[in-house]
Amino acid sequence: MESHFSPGYVQNLLQSLKSSKIYTDLHNAAQTEVSKTSVRVSELKKGVQSGLAASGWERKLRNEIYQYLLSHPVSSHPQATPAEHIKEPLLYLRKAQQAWEKRILKSLNSMCTELNIPLARKRPEKEQKELAGRWTELGIDGPDLTQIRPVYAPKDFLEVIMCLQNPNYNAGDSSGTYTLWGLVQLPLKLSSINRLRLLYSDMAINQCQTGVDDSSDIPADMFDSDRVKLGKKVLQAEHSPIAQEYAKKGCPVSLREDLWSQILGINVDEFDVLYYEQLKANVIAHDLLVDSLLYKDVKLTATNDDQYFVFEDFLYQILLPFTRDTEVLSHFARNSASPPKSYIRGKLGDENFSVVYPPNGVIPFHGFAMYVAPLCYLYKEPVKLYYAFRAIYTRFFFRLHSISSHTQGIVCLSLLFENLLQTHEAELFFYLKSVGCQPLKIAFKWLVRAFSGYLSSDQVLLLWDRILAYNSLEILSVLAVSIFSFRKTNLLKVQSYNAAEAVLADLTTLQVIPLIQLSLFSK
Amino acid sequence: MSGKQAARLKYACDMDKSVLLNNFEARGWIPVGPDDDWQFYWANVQSVRNVFSVDSGYRLQDDQVINHFPNHMELTRKDLMVKNIKRYRKELDKDNNPLAEKDDTGRFIHLDFIPHTYTLPADYNLFVEEFRKNPNTTWIMKPSGKARGIGIFLVNKLSQLKKWSRDSKTSNFVPPTSKDTYVISKYIDNPLLIGGKKFDLRLYVLVTTFRPLKCYMYKLGFSRFCTVKYNANVNELDNMFVHLTNVSIQKTGNDYNAVHGGKWTTQNLRLYLESTRGKEITDKLFDEIDWLIVHTLKAVAGVISNDRHCFECYGWDIIIDDNLKPWLIEVNASPSLTSTTSSDRIMKYKLINDVINIVIPPGEQPDVRWNKTAGKENLGNFYVLYDEDLAQSDPVALDPKMKLGTGPVRGGLRETKGRPSPATWK
Repeated sequence: MESHFSPGYVQNLLQSLKSSKIYTDLHNAAQTEVSKTSVRVSELKKGVQSGLAASGWERKLRNEIYQYLLSHPVSSHPQATPAEHIKEPLLYLRKAQQAWEKRILKSLNSMCTELNIPLARKRPEKEQKELAGRWTELGIDGPDLTQIRPVYAPKDFLEVIMCLQNPNYNAGDSSGTYTLWGLVQLPLKLSSINRLRLLYSDMAINQCQTGVDDSSDIPADMFDSDRVKLGKKVLQAEHSPIAQEYAKKGCPVSLREDLWSQILGINVDEFDVLYYEQLKANVIAHDLLVDSLLYKDVKLTATNDDQYFVFEDFLYQILLPFTRDTEVLSHFARNSASPPKSYIRGKLGDENFSVVYPPNGVIPFHGFAMYVAPLCYLYKEPVKLYYAFRAIYTRFFFRLHSISSHTQGIVCLSLLFENLLQTHEAELFFYLKSVGCQPLKIAFKWLVRAFSGYLSSDQVLLLWDRILAYNSLEILSVLAVSIFSFRKTNLLKVQSYNAAEAVLADLTTLQVIPLIQLSLFSK
Repeated sequence: MSGKQAARLKYACDMDKSVLLNNFEARGWIPVGPDDDWQFYWANVQSVRNVFSVDSGYRLQDDQVINHFPNHMELTRKDLMVKNIKRYRKELDKDNNPLAEKDDTGRFIHLDFIPHTYTLPADYNLFVEEFRKNPNTTWIMKPSGKARGIGIFLVNKLSQLKKWSRDSKTSNFVPPTSKDTYVISKYIDNPLLIGGKKFDLRLYVLVTTFRPLKCYMYKLGFSRFCTVKYNANVNELDNMFVHLTNVSIQKTGNDYNAVHGGKWTTQNLRLYLESTRGKEITDKLFDEIDWLIVHTLKAVAGVISNDRHCFECYGWDIIIDDNLKPWLIEVNASPSLTSTTSSDRIMKYKLINDVINIVIPPGEQPDVRWNKTAGKENLGNFYVLYDEDLAQSDPVALDPKMKLGTGPVRGGLRETKGRPSPATWK
C-alpha cells in the first residue's frame, strides 16, 4: 500500500500516540480483551483486534490519528525541513515576526516598570483563599484597571503588516507603478476565486444550508427535520471526519455543541477535569500582569456587548487558566510566533534563568476575549468550554495574530480580501481608495476577531461552523468582501473614511451564509 | 393605493414619553387635551378611573379608543390575579375539563404556572399552616398595588410577619383597605441561571377584546439580568440586587451597565437554550409561556368589563426555573415606556407603532364597532397569540390536549413553530 506519508512522518505519529493517553487506554482495553474467555490463544492477535474494534476503540484511535493529521500537515521535504521552516519558510517574515514580538515584549515590560507592577507575583495566603471563594464571580471587584492598557490592538498590528516588504522583490521602478494597490505589499501565494469555489462547493446556492434553509418561514420538513435526523446519526457514529463533513452545510443549533466537540476531538474525562483544576490552582497561587490585561480586555469588549455581557464571569474562568496552560506551547511548532521569554529578577540574559511568559506563551491583545465569547452559547459549564476554546485557538485562531506566509495567516487573509475586492468589485475598491478609505483598514478588525462581536451571535456560530468544517479561515476574507459588496450602493456615496466606516459600523442584521453564497457562486 | 393615506386623528396623552409622542407625530396626529374631543387617548391609570367612574358622566363615542380596560386590576393587581386564576382552575376542575388534569401528587399538570400564593392578612392562617409544613422555604412578600419592585421583601421566618398575625388576632375586625394587602408567594429558589446570573422575562401582550378573546404577543420581548451573581444563601436575602430583576432597582447597583442595561433579546435566550438544552425542550418552554398567558387571560375574561372602546398593552413578567418551567410573576398594566438604552428605545418605539396599527388599522378612522380582527399586514412584530373567533370556527382546534402538539393549526394560536423569524431591535 502506497502512502504519501513518509516513514519519518509515521514515526512521529506513532511517537506522539505512544506518549498520549490513548496508548495506556488501549493497553488496558487490550488486557481486558485478552482476559475474555471468547479469545483463543491460537488466534490471540486477531481476537484482541476484533474485540477492540467491536467495543469502539478502533473509532477512537482513528479519531486520535485524524486530529494529529490535522495539526501536523505533511511537509514537502519529509526529511530535511528544519523546525523553523515549519513555523515559517520565508526568512524575511520570520525576522519581521521576531521584531514584532520584541516590540510587544518591550511594551509589556515598560508598562511593568511604569506602573511598578511585577510581571508575576505569588499571592499571599489570605488573598488566595479570598480568590478561591469568589472564583465564579470574578467579574465583581476585579483588580484596579485604570492604569492598564492593552498591549496592542488590531490596528497597531495592521500598521506593522503594511510596512512589510520582501527584500528579494524589486519591481525595478521607483515611481511605485507596480506596487500593489492595497495595503499589503507582499507577493504571497493565495487561493484564486476558482479554487475557493471548489473548496466551498458544498455551500453552493443549489445546496440546502443551515443558516439559509432552516429559518422559521420555511416548512421544517423541507430541509430542517431531515438535517437534524441526519445530524443525530452522524453524532452516533462518533467519527471526527464524518462530523466535519456534515458540518460543511452548517450545524443545527441543538446539535452544534456535540458536533464541534467531535470535530475538535474533545472528550472531557476525569483527567481533563483534574488538569483544569490544576490550572485554576495556578491562577489562585500566582498573580500575573497578563491577568490584568485580560480583565481589562473583557471589561472593554464582552462586558459592553449586549450579546455576551451575561457570560462575563465565564470568560475569566477560561482566559485566566488558559494563560497558565503549558500544553499550549506545543502549537508554537507550527506558529511563526515564538513564546516570549522573561528572566528571573537579576538574571537578565542568562538562559538558565529564562522562563516563558506568560506560561502559555500567548500575550493577549485588545479583543482577545472575543475568541471565547461566542463559545459561551454552546457550553454551559466551564471545563468543556475551556477545552473547546483551547482546541479552536491552537487549530485556527493563533494564525490571526502572527506574521506568516501561511495561506490562512492573517497576512494572506488580508491580501486575499484585497485581491478579491479589487478583482470583483473594482469600481468600489478604487472609489473608496479615492476618498481616502483603504477597505482593509475597515475589514482588518473583522478578520482578526473572526467577526466575533461584529455579527450577531447566531451568525458568528454559523460562520465558525464552516471554519471548522472546511478547515480553513479563508471564508473570513470571502465574507468580508461580500459585506462590502452588499453595501456597495451606500459605499459609493461616501465622501470620507469616516463615512465609509459608518456605513459598515453595524453588521448585526446580516445573514452571513446567503452573503457568502452570493459572493462565491453568483458571478 | 391612495386609501392608505394616514388620517389625522386627535390624540390625548398623559405621559411625556418620547416613544409615544414620536409615534403620534410620525402619523401627523393632532394633540388635544383629555377633556377635548380626542379619538385616541393614551392615559395613565388614574385618568382611566375618572373616565369610567360612574359620577363622571363621561360617555365615550364610537370613534374613541383608550388604552386601558376599566377594571384591569383584576389582572394587574397581584391578589386579584391570583384569586381569578385559582377560581378558573377550580371551575375547569369541576367540569372535568382535561386541561385541569392533575398528577399523582395532586398538582395541576397544565395549569400549574403560579407559585403557591396567599393574600395577607386575609389568608394568614392558611399561610401559617403551609409554612409550618415546610419551614425551610423562602417566601416573597409583595404589596398588592405597587410596582417597580417597591415594598418587596423576602421572608423565611414567621417572626418577620408579626404585623399581620397581630392584625388577624384582633377582635375588632378592621377590613383591610386595598392599600394594605400583600400577597405572599413561594419564592422560586431554583431559577434558571445563565452565566451564573438570575434573570426574568418581560413580554408584551396586546389585548383588544376579552370576549371574544383576541390577544397578540410581541416578538421582541427581552430578558432582564441581575447585575450581581445569584446567591441562594440565606444571608443574602436582604440584598435586593441579587433577587429582584426590576430594572429600576438594578439601575442603582454598582455594576449596572448603561450600554446594554442588563437586557438580552429573546433571540439570544433562545439560541443559548437551544444550543445547551436542545430544541424540543426549548420549544416546549416557549409553548408553555404562550399557554400560560392565554390561560391567565381566559381566567379574567369573565370579570373584566369588556368595554369595546378599550385595548390594553400589558407587560408580563415571567421567571424560568432550572427545569425550564415558566412561572408567572405578575402582569403590568402600564409597562415602563422609559428607555434605558438605544436598542430599548427603538424596540419600544416599534412596540407602540405596532400597537397603534393593530388597534386602529392604518389610514382608517377608529370605529369601535369593528370586529377587531387585525389584518396580517398590520401585525408588525406581533403574532396572533389567541383569537377566540378563529378558534370557535375551527372544530379541530377545540381539543385542549393539542396544546403541546405539533399540528399546524391550533385554533387561532400561532401557527408557526420554532424560532421566530429574525426580527431585530435595530
